[in-house]
Amino acid sequence: MTTHYLVLSALLFAIGGVGVLVRRNAIVVFMCVELMLNACNLAFVTFARQNGNLDGQVIAFFVMIVAAAEVVIGLAIIVTIFRTRRSASVDDVSLLKY
Amino acid sequence: MEPAEIIQHSGGAIGAAWLMIALPLVGAAVLLLGGRRTDKFGHLLGVLMAVASFVVAALSFVQLLGFAPGERRRGIELYEFIPGLAKMGLLVDPLSISFCLLITFVGSLIHVYSIGYMAHDPNRRRFFAYLNLFVAAMLLLVLADNYVALFVGWEGVGLASYLLIGFWQHKPSAATAAKKAFIVNRVGDFGLLIGIFTIFATFHTLAFDGVLANADKASSGTLTAIGLLLLVGACGKSAQLPLQSWLLDAMEGPTPVSALIHAATMVTAGVYLIVRSGPIFQGAETAQIVVTIVGVATLLAGAIIGTAKDDIKKALAGSTMSQIGYMVLAAGIGKAGYAFAIAHLITHGFFKADMFLGAGSVMHAMNDEVNMRKYGALRKVMPVTFVTFLIGYLAIIGFPLLSGYFTKDGIIETVMEHNAVLGWLAVLGAGITGFYMSRLVFMTFFGAKRWEPTAHPHESPAVMTWPLIILSIGAIGLGAFLVLGNRFMTFLAPAVGAPEEMPAFHPFSPTGLATLALVAAGAVFAWLKYGRAEVPALAPRGSFLTTFARRDLYGDALNEALFMRPGQWLTRLAVFFDNRGVDGLVNGLAAGIGGTSGRLRRVQTGFVRSYALSIFLGAALLAGAWLVVGNL
Repeated sequence: MTTHYLVLSALLFAIGGVGVLVRRNAIVVFMCVELMLNACNLAFVTFARQNGNLDGQVIAFFVMIVAAAEVVIGLAIIVTIFRTRRSASVDDVSLLKY
Repeated sequence: MEPAEIIQHSGGAIGAAWLMIALPLVGAAVLLLGGRRTDKFGHLLGVLMAVASFVVAALSFVQLLGFAPGERRRGIELYEFIPGLAKMGLLVDPLSISFCLLITFVGSLIHVYSIGYMAHDPNRRRFFAYLNLFVAAMLLLVLADNYVALFVGWEGVGLASYLLIGFWQHKPSAATAAKKAFIVNRVGDFGLLIGIFTIFATFHTLAFDGVLANADKASSGTLTAIGLLLLVGACGKSAQLPLQSWLLDAMEGPTPVSALIHAATMVTAGVYLIVRSGPIFQGAETAQIVVTIVGVATLLAGAIIGTAKDDIKKALAGSTMSQIGYMVLAAGIGKAGYAFAIAHLITHGFFKADMFLGAGSVMHAMNDEVNMRKYGALRKVMPVTFVTFLIGYLAIIGFPLLSGYFTKDGIIETVMEHNAVLGWLAVLGAGITGFYMSRLVFMTFFGAKRWEPTAHPHESPAVMTWPLIILSIGAIGLGAFLVLGNRFMTFLAPAVGAPEEMPAFHPFSPTGLATLALVAAGAVFAWLKYGRAEVPALAPRGSFLTTFARRDLYGDALNEALFMRPGQWLTRLAVFFDNRGVDGLVNGLAAGIGGTSGRLRRVQTGFVRSYALSIFLGAALLAGAWLVVGNL
């Protein structure tokens, strides 16, 4: 019954993961992270429905809040980097290394 | 006759005996802490403190004479550290007061002499501070009523000796000699310290009255061990074989130091220790035999070294070793010998200080030249020094009726009664003494002038000659005063005991005549070789015996081969192990971790996506592992 939701969730998570690993544009990477978070939310909600309690739904709300905070800080960093380096590529910001 | 009981005492000069120690200590503190401000009057303050100490000693002596002989051991309690266990107190008895009088009287004279001798030294104040420090420490050594305080004084005189030998530390030889004296003394101190530990373990107290009165209750094995350990201490401080090597080098110090510390007082501390610990040695026959053997070996070794030295002070140092050998020999015999050992110690303090100061006076006149081959014919230009030195010389060789005649002959007679072999060796030593002291006097004061062209000898100032004159008076009369009628033995008996039968004085016993004949033969031989004959300016090569004596009987070579070289090897081994072993381990570990981290940090590329990949792989790995484990 809930298998379809879980498969969809896994697919969304995989798409998001691949996007984070292969895309260079920071905005797209960011959107992929959001996709992964939402895939998780879908899984939580599905399990909440399957188990007949609210635990999963509560956690989904927490994830949304954390995701919102993360977006605020993340976008601010990306904008700042874009202003200084005229690029949104994550490979260009590789100064912090050995 | 056994030693008398110790009576607790307070009041009078004896009650204030601590002043004897405190006064010179205050002098030293003022001069050392006062710095240059005290330069102007430093020497006068030093003399004043020494003389004040002598006055206290003399008053205590007078008060002591007022008591009946059996009540002349007075204990003064100063402070109780641990109730019932550790007390600090002083013991004023005939033995300690004899030492106090010798130390403060000869010490005061040498203080006065030093005013003249050190007049041109920029550090004269510091010199007097050290002299005062020495007097305080030496008095603490002899006045202490327990072994701990004795040890404090013992170390104090060692420190003062070190500071004074190295007083001219700008000379490398003086700095080395000071270190050598300190290190060799450390060996002796080690023995003494272990001895004191053993005493405490055996008797559960360190006070003289508790230890010495109960000495007969301990087993003879324990007493032998304690006796031998104390002997090691005595050997170090008194320059007896096998710890004699520092004394000859100690002559690098200013001459008044050689006179006070390395002839008259400090080096006799070992004799004091043996005599003070008499009951311990009397219960340990083996230890006594070892003491006499050490004494006789040193008296011969010192005399032989004295025959070959061209340095006037080193010849006198050999003689000091030899004379202290006599004292140790007598002290090793027991009650019969104690009085003669201490009497010889006192007269030796006078005539040896007299001769050392005389040698200092000669050096002062000859631009600090110490080589006797560059002296000669000084008797006319330095009449006072010559006459006083001559008196000291006649006293030490045992010329009839002078001090040394009575005290040294007393030792030889006592030893002869005890053991004929030791006795004849002591007689032989006296003969050699006759030779080397005559050699010294002939080379210095007689014969032709062999002076350096720059030398303009002159008599020393009065501040230096008066101490010589006073000391030489002691060198003339003190022996007869102490020995005739067994005066000193009777006086000392309450402190150290005395033989049941007082020895009678035979003016012309066979032993005495044999000694005199040998001494005369030695003196005549010296006259033939060094008085009448020309003394070559450079020392002739001589036979291997001469070389043997010149090289201090290879004592230094032996020490170097046995201790110094292996010690250096050990040090090098330790340094190698430290550099390669310990450091190698630590440095290797650090280098290994550093190298590994250097390679590992290359993983941090700065590319966010590769980090993400590694996180992803890690998560996949964990998930896979969980699946596998979960399925098991």
